[in-house]
Amino acid sequence: MKTLRETANGDRVTVVKVHGEGPVRRRIMDMGVTKGAEVLIRKVAPLGDPVEINVRGYELSLRKDDAGMIEVV
Amino acid sequence: MAITIALAGNPNSGKTTMFNELTGSSQHTGNWPGVTVEKKEGRLKGRREVILQDLPGIYSLSPYSPEEIVSRSYLVNDRPDAIINIVDASNIERNLYLTTQLLELGIPVVVALNMIDVVRKTGDEIDAKKLAGVLGCEVVETCALKGEGSVQAAERAIALAKNNLTNSAEAHTSSLSIRRTAFSSEVETARDSISGLTSALEKVKDKGEAYGRWLSIKLFERDAEAAKDAGITESAEGKRVLAAIENITASLEDALDDDSESIITDGRYNYIADVVRKTVKKKDAFALTLSDRIDRVVTNRILALPIFAGVMFLVYFIAVSTVGAWGTDWVNEVLFGSLVPDGVASGLESLGTADWLNGLILDGIVAGVGAVLGFIPQMLVLFVLLAFLEDCGYMARIAFILDRVFRRFGLSGKSFIPILVGTGCGVPGIMASRTIESDNDRRMTVMTTTFIPCGAKLPIIALIAGALFPGSMWVAPSAYFLGIFAILVSGIMLKKLKRFSGKATPFVMELPAYHLPTASGVLRTMLERGLAFIRRAGTIVLAATVLVWFLSSFDTSMHMVDTVDSMLAVIGDKIAVIFSPLGWGDWRAAVATITGLIAKENVVGTFGVLYGFAEVAEDGAEYWPQLVAAFTPLAAYAFLAFNLLCAPCFAAIGAIHREMMDVRWTLFAVGYQCGFAYVISLIIFQLGRLFGGGGFTAGSAVAIVFVLALIYMVGFKKPYAAPAAERLTAAPAADIA
Repeated sequence: MKTLRETANGDRVTVVKVHGEGPVRRRIMDMGVTKGAEVLIRKVAPLGDPVEINVRGYELSLRKDDAGMIEVV
Repeated sequence: MAITIALAGNPNSGKTTMFNELTGSSQHTGNWPGVTVEKKEGRLKGRREVILQDLPGIYSLSPYSPEEIVSRSYLVNDRPDAIINIVDASNIERNLYLTTQLLELGIPVVVALNMIDVVRKTGDEIDAKKLAGVLGCEVVETCALKGEGSVQAAERAIALAKNNLTNSAEAHTSSLSIRRTAFSSEVETARDSISGLTSALEKVKDKGEAYGRWLSIKLFERDAEAAKDAGITESAEGKRVLAAIENITASLEDALDDDSESIITDGRYNYIADVVRKTVKKKDAFALTLSDRIDRVVTNRILALPIFAGVMFLVYFIAVSTVGAWGTDWVNEVLFGSLVPDGVASGLESLGTADWLNGLILDGIVAGVGAVLGFIPQMLVLFVLLAFLEDCGYMARIAFILDRVFRRFGLSGKSFIPILVGTGCGVPGIMASRTIESDNDRRMTVMTTTFIPCGAKLPIIALIAGALFPGSMWVAPSAYFLGIFAILVSGIMLKKLKRFSGKATPFVMELPAYHLPTASGVLRTMLERGLAFIRRAGTIVLAATVLVWFLSSFDTSMHMVDTVDSMLAVIGDKIAVIFSPLGWGDWRAAVATITGLIAKENVVGTFGVLYGFAEVAEDGAEYWPQLVAAFTPLAAYAFLAFNLLCAPCFAAIGAIHREMMDVRWTLFAVGYQCGFAYVISLIIFQLGRLFGGGGFTAGSAVAIVFVLALIYMVGFKKPYAAPAAERLTAAPAADIA
């Protein structure tokens, strides 16, 4: 399973499934990271975490641990 | 007839700007019951009968954050007559996600397509008329920053509200039929079955069809909060209904191989994607915007930290070193140092009032009011800078850049600013924590900010360093290291406690597009926060100052006396024993510590008075010999450590209370600070004595126990985890503890 965590800057991927449970997962989905959404990996923060992605036309930052819950192709 | 209109929208959608424009100065700020979420209400300019209720900026109506819970419980239970939903047109897809949820409530909605000018500038096109048709609600194009369209949006909402109040039944059914398109047919079938099960509920009968539909979606999502609110979780009948719903939900989950929350969220976003396809003509979705180009530099791998350091230097320079300090010095030294006291003194003299009354007014009330107002200039300067950083979008970048470092200590990247400002003055530092969204992170910041030595603690450092450690260079830097150590250790320890365990706000944060804030918006935020400090902290500061004045001016038989013979001296004498394990069980030190609560620099002056000097230099050089005779260097350093870490001055305690908005949290914070200061001070003195050849005593044993306890708390204690059962039923709602 490939997750958003394993992607590189500039990659364009499509979300397959958001794993995990509870508030964090719901928040990720509420922010538009849902099945079928196209995601562009914009950059990694200067200290190596979190990451910045572009989804549904805006910039979103999330921690690498949470990015690991997002399965992509 | 009074009409209530709610303003709802995502953070950064321009909601506050529109609210300000529509209400002007007729705003009332309070709190949503039970939570620390700000509640703003106002009346429409020129139409006093229309009440505007500003809801917190939210992305969804999920049951997980306090902002979302208060918003939806307001919308569902208090039912405003109409909603103006502010949608950032330049970010329409995600903004419409909240819209789909608002439309379900059965309350008339006007979508304000805000920042439409930004969309036009990029060359994108939104067909507002078509959007209105597809969504089944009114759509008005607005640009709140320039004041365009806001009034029309309000007019439309009023018209809808009036129309809805006169013939509600028809309006509902016609619009509901349109909204049914949101989900796939399997989901709608399941939802209909759930509706059938809940239609007999009291609340559904009472609130009508729209609520029933909304509730059925929430129950399908296994929304515990909505179930509780519907009164379905208590009775045996309710439990049977819930079990039946669970069956429906589970079987659809099996069929679709997905869980119900995803099914609903995906359904909404698929619906929106379809709406957007029909109504928006967009260029390349991933094209670099101006914001992206700014971010290429500002959050760049190499440049981000130097730029951050530069911005922080500017904030510090303006708020702490120059403009802010000039204002505060003027208020403290000129206005409340001579002008007001001299004026009041001569006024009282000409009236010939009694000594005690003069004392009360001058040393109690005037000093107390001065203590409150003295912080205002610096605070206002800081608030302008903060409001600017927040509004322009840089604050979110700070969190992005620093998150990795700060989250280890239970703090947010945004905690950096409170701590930085706290080196000047803890009061604006604590107030600066306002910008941190997560309750836990904010409380942690509020509790630990004053550990860093503020400007008023510098005279104490100068006193101890000058008298007991002449010529040494390490005392002052060690005070800052001690402060940083206290913040980090406290962060690690406290975040393992139960009271910091709940409701972790996920760090899934929007990086909003940069924009230039308006002067009026920035100034308004500044004034609101400044006034909030005066209102909420002012009374505490004033009362505490008067109390300490009273204790230090009277003896037990109510005669006015010098401090040496006062009640405070008696109290100091009694409590001094508490401090003897710290090496400074001298009553003068105890009294000085208490007067330090009014303002930390008082510690130096109080020693002076108690040693018989009416006036002393800022570092108390006059009585250094006496101090050397009374204290060993070790005891003096322990005294310094205690005074740096213990409860801050009353003004800062007032600010803590203002930010915690809860007496228990305030007491916990102050109690923790004093306890931590005591433990650290004791460890310093007792271990210092042990290793200095003082022999092993009971005190050394206690110190070793404290050290081991700290090591355990920092390194070994497991974070508190809610028991599994509690987690399932946990309503992340309004409980503050």
